[in-house]
Amino acid sequence: MINLVVCVKAVPDPQQACNIRIDPVTKTLMRCEVPLVLNPLDKNAMEAALELKEQFDAHITALSMGPLDAEGIVRECLALGADQGILLSDRAFAGADAYATAYTLATAIAKIGPVDVVFCGMASSDGSTEWVGPEIAMFLGLPVVTMVEEIVECRGPQWKVKASLEHGYRLMQVQLPAVFTVTRELNTPRALVFSGIIKARKKLIVRWEIDDLGVPAEAVGLKGSPTIVSKLTTTESKREVEILTGTREEKAAQLLRKMVDSGVV
Amino acid sequence: MKNVYGPVWVIAEQRDCRIRTVSLQLMGQAQKLAAGLNTTAEALLFGNLMEHHVRPLFAAGADRVFLGSNPQLAFYEPEIYVQAIVRLAQEHEPEIILLGSTAMGRELAPLVAARLQTGLTAHCTDLVLDENNILEQRIPAYGGLLSIICPQKRPQMAAIANGVFPMPEPDQDRSGEIIPVAVPEDVSPRLQTLEVVHQIPDEIPLESAAIVVAGGAGAGDPDGWRQIADLADALNAALGCTRPVVDEGWAPLESMIGQSGRMVSPELYIGVGLSGEQQHMVGITGAKVMVAINNDAKSPVFDQVDYGVVDDCREFVPVLIEKIKAYQKNQVTC
Ligand SMILES: Cc1cc2nc3c(=O)[nH]c(=O)nc-3n(C[C@H](O)[C@H](O)[C@H](O)COP(=O)(O)OP(=O)(O)OC[C@H]3O[C@@H](n4cnc5c(N)ncnc54)[C@H](O)[C@@H]3O)c2cc1C
Ligand SMILES: Nc1ncnc2c1ncn2[C@@H]1O[C@H](COP(=O)(O)O)[C@@H](O)[C@H]1O
Repeated sequence: MINLVVCVKAVPDPQQACNIRIDPVTKTLMRCEVPLVLNPLDKNAMEAALELKEQFDAHITALSMGPLDAEGIVRECLALGADQGILLSDRAFAGADAYATAYTLATAIAKIGPVDVVFCGMASSDGSTEWVGPEIAMFLGLPVVTMVEEIVECRGPQWKVKASLEHGYRLMQVQLPAVFTVTRELNTPRALVFSGIIKARKKLIVRWEIDDLGVPAEAVGLKGSPTIVSKLTTTESKREVEILTGTREEKAAQLLRKMVDSGVV
Repeated sequence: MKNVYGPVWVIAEQRDCRIRTVSLQLMGQAQKLAAGLNTTAEALLFGNLMEHHVRPLFAAGADRVFLGSNPQLAFYEPEIYVQAIVRLAQEHEPEIILLGSTAMGRELAPLVAARLQTGLTAHCTDLVLDENNILEQRIPAYGGLLSIICPQKRPQMAAIANGVFPMPEPDQDRSGEIIPVAVPEDVSPRLQTLEVVHQIPDEIPLESAAIVVAGGAGAGDPDGWRQIADLADALNAALGCTRPVVDEGWAPLESMIGQSGRMVSPELYIGVGLSGEQQHMVGITGAKVMVAINNDAKSPVFDQVDYGVVDDCREFVPVLIEKIKAYQKNQVTC
């Protein structure tokens, strides 16, 4: 049997227009309520694991670090077909940068036991650093391939994967256990089905707090983060807009004129 | 006398033995930061290389170049690179390490940072030294700028996209010391690159395009998107997009402009059906003329451009294309 871990993150719904903004006066973040959803690229990571489970005897753990509200996305992964869900949730984990996030996730993966493959999304839609996957690999001492767009060979302990490059790809040979971060091109995530949702209700989501991981409080969350936000500033535009008016035809004619005046059309 | 500050490093990148543009831009910036810290600017370069391949790095501002060269390194080999970089960093204790936000840089940066147990910042659009000589790494977010610092751990590390910093004026008279680096002859049995394939893109590259047409979520559907692509075609412009367009699958990730995508500096930028979100707009650096087409007169995009058209892009763009084509035809015939 192969053991797969998929790292999944709960992110504010990217479809919802309501954005977090800097308050121009207090220079602090004005938050607003946006529901948490499964990070889009983590659906591709889940799908990769599910497709392997269709081919091999595999066990899938969906692992997430986040607030208690993140339980919903772990439940969603169970409904998609994960066998086990683990939510790392503790006040001490809050405010983690990519380094502390990866450290915490890696510690949990080590606790889960021998793992063959860890799948991550290439990037999260809110943090979007792309660092968490490779940093997990470093903390676990495993090889990593980022931006995997195709799993070419997955029989035996040596896999071949295609990873995307600017205008091309590289073909990599990897010895398992390994970490992969996946792109949108890898697969098309399946939709949730009702029977899955019903089954997921019976599956257990394990919650681990800091004591379960046995790590010092200085190593996780804000305290364990080498980087901090030192300042928030608002920016102002230096341009003064001229709104073109008239009928559609007139506006198009005026715009063309402005474009021609710019000297490049 | 020993410098108070360690060197400023750039992990340079080459393709087919040519140093990539972003590495030279970073070298220029590294030289400035190094001057501020009264230290040296240095580059690390790996590949199957000869000494003359290194010259552009000196011309761009490097005082020293660590060169790891052997035939095994014709391709990027992550495990060898990480090992070599970490070993050198432990020996020379750089104050700052900069990498290009390329496929290679975005993989290497976190691997090196985690091994050196230090912080790393993504998508910086500016790097300055603060009053305590700490590197302030500025990132656009939430309609403003976030400054991120790594106050305690060293090195301070950041990945920066092509086009954020200008290409330094090459000074061909500058030269410096090349320090050969011993790199393992054998690739790692755990991970190796079997093949690298580059496809030559047939579209106009965004970075060097004189005109950039960028489309956003306002395109509505694949048909709406195609119209925007047609507009780019008609203008012989490069076609870019915002993140929702990539999410919808209308355009590839490589055409996304902004903080986590490409940086462009065209003569003329036309934003169609996009809201002017910071994370996109920071990708347009130093455009001469900027235009927005949006059906919402209150859209923040209109605060950031020179000319605005308030209209439904799905109605307006076809009319505009017709006008452009008519104009071009006249130009040719008369
Ligand atoms: C960490 C992070 C990094 C990011 N990096 C990037 C990045 O690099 N690049 C990027 O682009 N985004 C990035 N984003 C996303 C960014 O925040 C915005 O969500 C995105 O740029 C918005 O795209 P948009 O303007 O196309 O969509 P929206 O904000 O949804 O705007 C659509 C606009 O279209 C207009 N519209 C609708 N219908 C029509 C019509 N028929 N005709 C004309 N106009 C119409 C609307 O009025 C609206 O203004 C990032 C986000 C995060 C959190
Ligand atoms: N809090 C988290 N919990 C679980 N997985 C995460 C978390 N943060 C990041 N990841 C994983 O790391 C990937 C990259 O995230 P990022 O580095 O934030 O762009 C995501 O797609 C997830 O797979």
